[in-house]
Amino acid sequence: MPRYFTDEHEWIDVEGESATVGITDYAQEQLGDIVFVELPSVGTMLDKGGDAAVVESVKAASDVYSPINGEVTEANGALEDDPALVNTSPEDEGWFFRMTIGDASQLEGLMDEAGYKAFVDSL
Amino acid sequence: MNSPNQSGWKPEMNASEDSIHSGPATVSGNRALMLEEPLLFEIGHIETTGVDLPDTDIAVGNRLGGMERSDPIGLPGLSEPETIRHYTRLSRQNYGIDLGLFPLGSCTMKHNPRLNEKVARMPGFADVHPLQPASTIRGALEAINELAHWLIDLTGMHGVAMSPKAGAHGELCGILCIRAALEARGDAREIVLVPESAHGTNPATAAFAGYRVEDIPATDEGRVDLEALKARLGPDVAAVMITNPNTCGLFERDMKAISDAVHEAGALVYCDGANFNAIVGKVRPGDLGVDAMHINLHKTFSTPHGGGGPGSGPVVLSEALSPYGPLPFTARTKEGVVHLVEEENAADYGHTDAFGRMTAFHGQMGMFTRALTYMRSHGADGLRQVAEDAVLNANYVLRSLDDLLDAPFGASGPCMHEALFGDEGFGGDLSTLDLAKAMIDEGYHPMTMYFPLVVHGAMLIEPTETESKAALDQFIASMRSLAERARAGDESMKQAPFHAPRRRLDETQAARKPVLVWEPSDE
Repeated sequence: MPRYFTDEHEWIDVEGESATVGITDYAQEQLGDIVFVELPSVGTMLDKGGDAAVVESVKAASDVYSPINGEVTEANGALEDDPALVNTSPEDEGWFFRMTIGDASQLEGLMDEAGYKAFVDSL
Repeated sequence: MNSPNQSGWKPEMNASEDSIHSGPATVSGNRALMLEEPLLFEIGHIETTGVDLPDTDIAVGNRLGGMERSDPIGLPGLSEPETIRHYTRLSRQNYGIDLGLFPLGSCTMKHNPRLNEKVARMPGFADVHPLQPASTIRGALEAINELAHWLIDLTGMHGVAMSPKAGAHGELCGILCIRAALEARGDAREIVLVPESAHGTNPATAAFAGYRVEDIPATDEGRVDLEALKARLGPDVAAVMITNPNTCGLFERDMKAISDAVHEAGALVYCDGANFNAIVGKVRPGDLGVDAMHINLHKTFSTPHGGGGPGSGPVVLSEALSPYGPLPFTARTKEGVVHLVEEENAADYGHTDAFGRMTAFHGQMGMFTRALTYMRSHGADGLRQVAEDAVLNANYVLRSLDDLLDAPFGASGPCMHEALFGDEGFGGDLSTLDLAKAMIDEGYHPMTMYFPLVVHGAMLIEPTETESKAALDQFIASMRSLAERARAGDESMKQAPFHAPRRRLDETQAARKPVLVWEPSDE
């Protein structure tokens, strides 16, 4: 299952026709304790780079952007009860939403794990 | 009537266990004259009352059509001394500009001169009502009109909308003027550009007014990236919202070039004037090509804010935007008296394109009188000195700390009204929050933290012109000590504050599971 990263610190897992999106460990580390997550509702049409979700920590509120075009098929309801999942398991249980892959070619512009690591090291 | 529990003492209350104060615990839970204060609900009882009303022989009858309450309202009754002591004790646990240095960056927490209060309490200003006949409030209208002209003169602008109630309300007023002007020329646009160095309310304002917001990056020196801005300008851009001086504490020295480029692209320039204190009497935003700017009277012109009073955010407008400014505004009639221009008489002044109103009435009278008093008592030369002293004080703080605290834009030249530091160089896993909590032990309200976002662990310190050199030196001595401890990774800072009435509160839990409603205990 290939995983891609954006320079806005989102990760996206591609599995067949579906993709799962969350924020990276680096992102949650920078944000600090997450206190609230606002997720897109199922059926929302997302554009690459457009606002998809909002994550709020004790320090700041930040937008989470969609890595690709697509339609939201599922949101991680567990985050509404327990936003701390984003801190404890950002790249697994703390996933944000699942979406269709509107344009697979958009994945090509994203970073792979090694590329993202180098990007973070450069910050 | 039950005997009320005057002190609020409860048997389970003991002196704080985590206190580092030596000596025996007190029975009351108080520490010397620093008193523990429970909630009103815990002091009073719903069965008691603090007032003694005579029996009435007036037939009350039921005039509520069956909607009257059937249950007690559940508010506690308290005697007058209990009530007064409660609020006085709470006030002692508060921190305000009247207690000490309040370095909250971008908030301009300056001293509120008592002369302002004296004037605001004069009956002709304090006891007027917006629905009084205009002929009975000539003096109040004259004062609003004079303040309006001061604001226009100080900013080099063409008109002013006095009614907005605070900064973000003023931003909305300015953006609505811009929208009205663009729509009037049949050129409704979609995008508002907001640089990273702008205030956080700016993108919120633009979005609220129906625009899409796009960021413009900051340069390495903390200013707007002019080339990136120019590259993004186009026929879809309605406005650029710039904060000047910006949230990095720097003057946007390319402001004129920015305005020229924005105007050339057919868009308009909104300037967030929250930081006007640094340039009042020195720079006129109108000369820099600004089309609209709000002025926080409660910052620059010393009217109380925070817990102390309402804000007031008049918006000055360029010649291009003035025709679209909201009603009402003051004007002098041919007979020489000041009156309010409203919908009924707007045509007499050729002001037929107002986008509407921001408020029902004319604005915050109490803040107008205080701000005008401040201007009249300082004079133009005094206001210029305010800006100079505010900038001098901020630079004194910046250069007195920049060897111990990381100053990311320290090489970008002098700062304006505020000094910006980051957490680079802190030892262990200490954070800006830890240093801020330790400031409370030192007796200081912490600075603005984690903003602006472009600096990691940002600490934004605005001393204002209020502080003497002696006060700044004391503050700097405390900050140097804290900075040294932070660099050394002093783990005890993670426990701070030690000396406050409460130790470190769990802010994460407070945000995740807030308890917003007091519930009576079952006892």
